[in-house]
Formats: sequence, C-alpha cells, structure tokens
Amino acid sequence: MDRIPILRMGPFLLVSIQVDMHDRLALALQDDLMNKIRATSARGVLIDISALDLVDSFIGRMIGNIAAMAHILDAETVVTGMRPAVAITLVELGLSLKGVRTALDVERGMALLRGSPAGREDGSGRPEK
Amino acid sequence: MVVQRSDELPLHSDEDVVRARQAVRQRAIEQGFSLVDQTKIVTAASELARNTVVHGAGGSMRLEALNDGPRRGLRLVFQDRGPGIDDIARALKDGYSTGSGLGLGLGGARRLMSEFAISSSPGQGTTVTAVRWR
Repeated sequence: MDRIPILRMGPFLLVSIQVDMHDRLALALQDDLMNKIRATSARGVLIDISALDLVDSFIGRMIGNIAAMAHILDAETVVTGMRPAVAITLVELGLSLKGVRTALDVERGMALLRGSPAGREDGSGRPEK
Repeated sequence: MVVQRSDELPLHSDEDVVRARQAVRQRAIEQGFSLVDQTKIVTAASELARNTVVHGAGGSMRLEALNDGPRRGLRLVFQDRGPGIDDIARALKDGYSTGSGLGLGLGGARRLMSEFAISSSPGQGTTVTAVRWR
C-alpha cells in the first residue's frame, strides 16, 4: 500500500501531502506519524497541505486527530498552506479545526514550531524527564 | 432543462471515492464553476460518495451536466441498495452519526449544494440527489 513519506528535520517531523488521499491512506498517515513521534521523540509536526484541493470531513477529522494525539505525546502540530477555497468550504461544511494551529506557509509554520516552548532546539522549554 | 452529458461511476471502495471526486472536479471545471464553487461541489461529492460506500454498502454516482437556458449546473445522484435511513431529519443533523465519523457528511453536503433531496426506505436503499447551479 502507498504511504505518505514523513521526513525528520532536527526535532521536527515534516509531512507534505501531495496526493489525492483516500481514507485508508489518511488513517495510515495518522498511525505512521504517531509511531514516528514516539520513535524520534519529535517535538513538533508540520503538515503541509498546499497541494490539497479538498479537505472533507474525513481528512479534517484526521488532521484534528493528529493534532490531539501528537499533543498527548508532547508534540505540537502546525498545518500549513491551506488554500483559500479549501478553508471557505471547510467552514461551510461545519469544520473549523479548532485546536489545530495553522500557518500560511511552511516557513512560517517552522517558525511557529521553533518558537513554541516544546520546539526550542536546546529543549529549555521542556522540563527534564 | 437539458441534461447535456451523463456519466455513471461505481462506488465500492476508497479508491472509487477518489475517482468520483476527480470526475466531479473535471465536470465542474467544464461547466465553468469558480474555484471556490468547484471545491464546494467536490467536497460535497466526497461526503456523499463516502456515505454510499460506508453506509450504503456500495452503489453508484450519476454525474449530469445541466443546461437550463443561460444557467449551467451539475447534478449528482448517489444510489445504494443498503439498509436505508430510518430518520432522514435526524441523519441531516450535524453531529449525528451511526458510524465513527463526525456526523457532518450529510448536513454539510446539503449546505454546500443549491438543491438537495434524499429518498430512502429501510431495507430498500437510499438515493441522494444534489444540484449546484452556477
């Protein structure tokens, strides 16, 4: 089965969704990301959806789930690059992605992760385990 | 009103849902819908196609390009022979779900389209007809 690649960059994981996702692929990404957060002790996850021309309730739910699960695993999630038409449709559909941090592009998303207490390179924002 | 073109696509798997979305997108572009309207129609189609696969045990989507004088439109007809819907009013309510979803599919799809109709009887399956005019 296809998988969406997850890249590691320092303390962060990067995902760029470039394909029209079917539901199983979305669920596989959710699982893969959680395993990878655990395996790499990642402090943040950036999901770029600038190539997605649609986010329906299933994909929206997956994004919300990833943010909630990552939070429990002590990692921040930022979703970047949502297209305006997708945002308009998502709200009309009834999904507002509350609790998910967003940024206009990858660069700003990375800045957001780096600036968050959990994402500082020296780990100073994080209590010693 | 003239149906200019009609296509029928099977809906039995996740991949069929993706193919249905792509077909709807293509036809919406041909009918001259704006990018926002295309996105709304394709999103509604995705919700309804998933319902057909997940709740209706599979079925089909008919995709019709409409021409009503100067008006252009797109009609989507989703048909399944699944268990049907007991209480349509309740099924349309946001947050109501018999599955593990958010319960936004049916009500959300209705908001994204211009016209929306459901006919269903328990044991006989469900037909959802949705139209968006430009």
